[in-house]
This record gives sequence, structure tokens and C-alpha cells, in this order.
Amino acid sequence: MKNFNGQVLFLDRADINTDEIIPARYLTEITKEALKPNLLEDLKFEGFDPEKDISGKNVVITRSNFGCGSSREHAPWAFEVNGINLVIAESYARIFRQNMFNCGMMAVELPAEVIDRLFAEFSDKQTTIKTDFENSRFIVKADGKESEILFSISGFDRALVEAGGWVDFADKNY
Amino acid sequence: MGKTVAEKIFDAHSVDNPHDDIHVIKLDAVFCHEITTPVAVNDLVSRGKDRVFDPDKIKAVIDHVTPAKDSKTALQGKIIRDWAKRNEIKDFFDIGRNGVCHALFPEKGFVRPGYTIIMGDSHTCTHGAFGAFAAGVGTTDLEVGILKGVCAFHYPKTIKIKITGTLPQGVYAKDMILSIIGQLGVNGATNKVIEFAGPVVEQMRMEARMTLCNMAIEAGGTCGICYPDMNTVDYLWPFISDEFESKPAALTAFKEFCPDLDAEYDDVITIAAGGLSPQVTYGYKPDTVKPVSEMAGTPVDQVYIGSCTNGRIEDLRVAVEVLKGEKISDAVRGIVSPATPAIFNKALEEGIIKIFMDAGFCVTNPTCGACLGMSNGVIAEGEVCASTTNRNFFGRMGKGGMVHLMSPATAAATAIAGYITNSKLYKA
Repeated sequence: MKNFNGQVLFLDRADINTDEIIPARYLTEITKEALKPNLLEDLKFEGFDPEKDISGKNVVITRSNFGCGSSREHAPWAFEVNGINLVIAESYARIFRQNMFNCGMMAVELPAEVIDRLFAEFSDKQTTIKTDFENSRFIVKADGKESEILFSISGFDRALVEAGGWVDFADKNY
Repeated sequence: MGKTVAEKIFDAHSVDNPHDDIHVIKLDAVFCHEITTPVAVNDLVSRGKDRVFDPDKIKAVIDHVTPAKDSKTALQGKIIRDWAKRNEIKDFFDIGRNGVCHALFPEKGFVRPGYTIIMGDSHTCTHGAFGAFAAGVGTTDLEVGILKGVCAFHYPKTIKIKITGTLPQGVYAKDMILSIIGQLGVNGATNKVIEFAGPVVEQMRMEARMTLCNMAIEAGGTCGICYPDMNTVDYLWPFISDEFESKPAALTAFKEFCPDLDAEYDDVITIAAGGLSPQVTYGYKPDTVKPVSEMAGTPVDQVYIGSCTNGRIEDLRVAVEVLKGEKISDAVRGIVSPATPAIFNKALEEGIIKIFMDAGFCVTNPTCGACLGMSNGVIAEGEVCASTTNRNFFGRMGKGGMVHLMSPATAAATAIAGYITNSKLYKA
């Protein structure tokens, strides 16, 4: 299984699209590694600077309809090669969400009020998340403060994460 | 309980139900292009599984950047070209025969009512215009589709949108779908199929239905679906005349993929077409939609007519109705990309290309390039493009650029004026 622990990058905007995650001009790359420097390059909003804010982060917490737009799996790959295998959001666009689990990564949905609380309590601090996959819970930590958040993912999504992605799952089963 | 179109198709294709409402369905077609396929091909090669489930069910094209613009895009073309050759994929469309996938593949007769189709491209929802379940997927789903001929989906939920009345003169399928996205919002149909029904859709030719279904994804929809009828049969007849003894016989067979009268929907929305005016986007999301009249006077630097949304012959015909005898503004660069070689040829025969050129448009070969800022019409930082495409994300057609989505009629009128304006075809 991939690593789902580490420092959190908070992205406080809804409807962040795949062109903002990785612009189409980089879709000419044929390796995942080549996407590394360009993650979130076109995402512009106050309080976010891709050049400073991404380094060292392993988890993204964001708002609703994350990953809308294109089908490009380059979006999850750009996260993966930057060490980010876990996104936590209020909701996702279908293809992005499926692409994440297909890669053995996680796109976890939490209710709006829980996301609101995470932003309110943690977004201005150095925050880390530890994922207890077996018991479906996140331990969120900052400045000695700790919060336990339960999550739920479907049996299918869980199986994809355990299998390391859809290719391995499908190859074994179909 | 009755079934929706997507439910009927799923029930006819389901091969496994591994968890909850997840169904693994067998695929009737897997479409491929040179941007999202090469990584799948390389992965299959590295796994020692360089094979395809059925070479006749895989259709491939180079369309996003063609002719190749640099070494990287040349390599992407080479990877898909070599892969198609060694796997004996006979329906591979290389330069000279290539066009925008969602215009080319229907035109080649690769879509049928009741089909299941995936492609590593979000606008695959276009093919639902034929009464098929067609969904955009990522490269991993595509890879499994290529290898195994299956894909996993949640059992589909459906929103039915019934469009009543008649579209006013000078108002088109593009205006209708922009207005619908404006009402639904960019995630109003997420994880759902949209059935487009009602008299307005029944009157639409297949080209207009494809425009409608093409943008279902901009409301988050998995697929847009129109019901197969005689228009569908007429369009497909050159490809199916051997299979059916008559058009009515084909229609009877295809009607199987119309919904049951007692089908259950997540939501049913009725929209009256009569009051609709030409629409345009004003922001960086496709649901930021206003009547053109409210954006009139907004200057643009470039006008682009083309794409899987509006690069078909009907679209070009409408544009030249506006452009005939006119010159585009000195302040504007006009670019038109007929979506396929057949459309290009037809446009030549009908004198459409000459009208575009006389008006001052640059005519490019069929390609997706400009729509996503990859080639053939990228705009500069701070520039504005009036475009018949489907996405207006910040920087979509070029870093730091702005896109206003509109119909071909509005785009042509905007090119003449140099600023956003209604076309003369629309009488307010």
C-alpha cells in the first residue's frame, strides 16, 4: 500500500479543476516523473503559492467538486510523484476520484461540516495526518492538538487500495 | 420497476458485481488517442502484457496535437502508431485521415444504440447522442479496457431533462446546453447520466445531439444520452444496411434502448426552449453563463470555431451564414478547424472554406489543439478567446488566457464585430 501519512496542504477553494492541477501543456509528457515540477502551477487564489506551499506535503485537504474537468490521470500522477497519495475533500468529480483509487491512491470524502472544522482548526498550522487504514480513521495533529476523524470508503475502493490499483485488481479477477 | 437507458445497457453488459453497486461491464468499443494512451501502452509493455482484448473493438486516432509540434508530441504519436500496428488495430487514424475523436468515430459508424464505450477523454460522453453509454475514463481504466475489455462503474443514476417547445431562430444546441449547465452547476450531475428528451431533442439532427451530450461532463455527468429514433437510424444507415432489412426494422431493434415509461429517475427537469436566447460564459467555470446580450461589447483577441463540441458541418454552415460577404475585425484573429477530413471536404465542396478564408479566417487541419491550449491557436497571457469549445477554465487555451464559450453563430458574429455580440440570425 502507498503512504497515506504526512504533512497537510490545505487548498481552500471549491471546484479546483484538472487544468489547474496539471495544465494541458504538460500532457505531452510520457512519464509520471516529468510532471513533478508543474503540480498546481495554474492554481491561483489568495494564500496559495505553488512554488512554496507544495514541498514536503503528503496530504491535500480541500473543498467540493475537486478534480472536475478533464479525464487526465496526469492529475493523480502529478500528486503521486510529489509524494501526495491522499486527498480529503467534501466531494469529487467522478473521473478524478476513480483515477485516484485506480492508482492505489485515496480520494476520501468527508461531510462539509467536518471539512469546515478541519479548515477552521488546522489550516493555519503545520498539520500532519496519520491514516489508520484498517480502522478507517485519520489522526490529525498540530501544535500538540489532536483530532480523530472517522472516514468510510466503499469495499471496492478499499480493495483497489489494497491491490495497488485497478490494473492489478482486474488482472487477477477478469 | 422500469429501467432508464443506462440501466438497460448496464443490465445487458454486466459481467461482475464485485462490491455494493459496482458493476464491471463488458465494453463494445475502446477509443484511444495519443495523449492518454501512451502511458497505458508503456505500462502494458513493462508488465509483459502488450496485447489487446479485441483489435476490432479498439479504435485509435492521433488528434490532440497533429501534425506533431515537437519531439515530445512526435514520440506520443509514434508510441500509439507502433502499438496499433503491432496489435493489428486496423481502425487507426493517422495524419491525413485523422480528426477530432468525438467527431471522427461517430462519422465512421463506430457507435450504436446500446453500446458501452470508454475513452481516456472526458468528452466521450458525446457518443451518448446515439443512445449508447459512453464515458470518459483515466489512463488506468483505459489500460484495463484495452487488455480485458471491461470497466467498473457505479450502477447508473439518471437525471432526465425534458426540453419542450421549439428553439427560437438563431438559438442552437450549444446555447441550450450552456443554459442547462448554468442551471445544474458544474457538479449538478456528478456520478449521474443525463437523458436529454422532449420535442426539441427529437427535432435535432445527430450533430446537434452530439453538441448537447458533449457537454454533459461540464455539469459533472458521466454520459449524456439521447433516445435512438429515425434520425439515429438515418445517420447510421450506411453502416448498418447489411444488418437490417429496412430502416424501420433497425428502428425497432434500437428502440430497445429507449427508457421504460415507468423508469425511475433521480430527478426530472423540464425546460422550455421557447424563451431561450444565445448564451455565453463569462467566468472560469462552464456554469458561469449569461445571455449574449448581457456580455455584448466585450472585446476579444481571437475567435475559434471547431472542436468536438462545434466543429461539425452543421456548425460550419451556420457560421458562414453569418460570415458570408463580411470581413472579420482587424482586432481579431479568426481560426476555424473543421473537425474531420470528411467535414473539411464537405466544407470545400459547399464553398464554406472559401467564405471563411474570404472573411479573413485561418483554416487549420482537423485537430483538438487550440481547445486545450496545446497547439494550433494557443492564446497569450491576458488574451481573450471567443470559442465554440467546451471549457473556459483559467488558462485552458493558453496560460493566463480567458475563454468565452458560445455557439458558432455567436462566434462568427463576434469575429466580425471584434467584440461579443449576437448574430444577425437571432432576432430578439
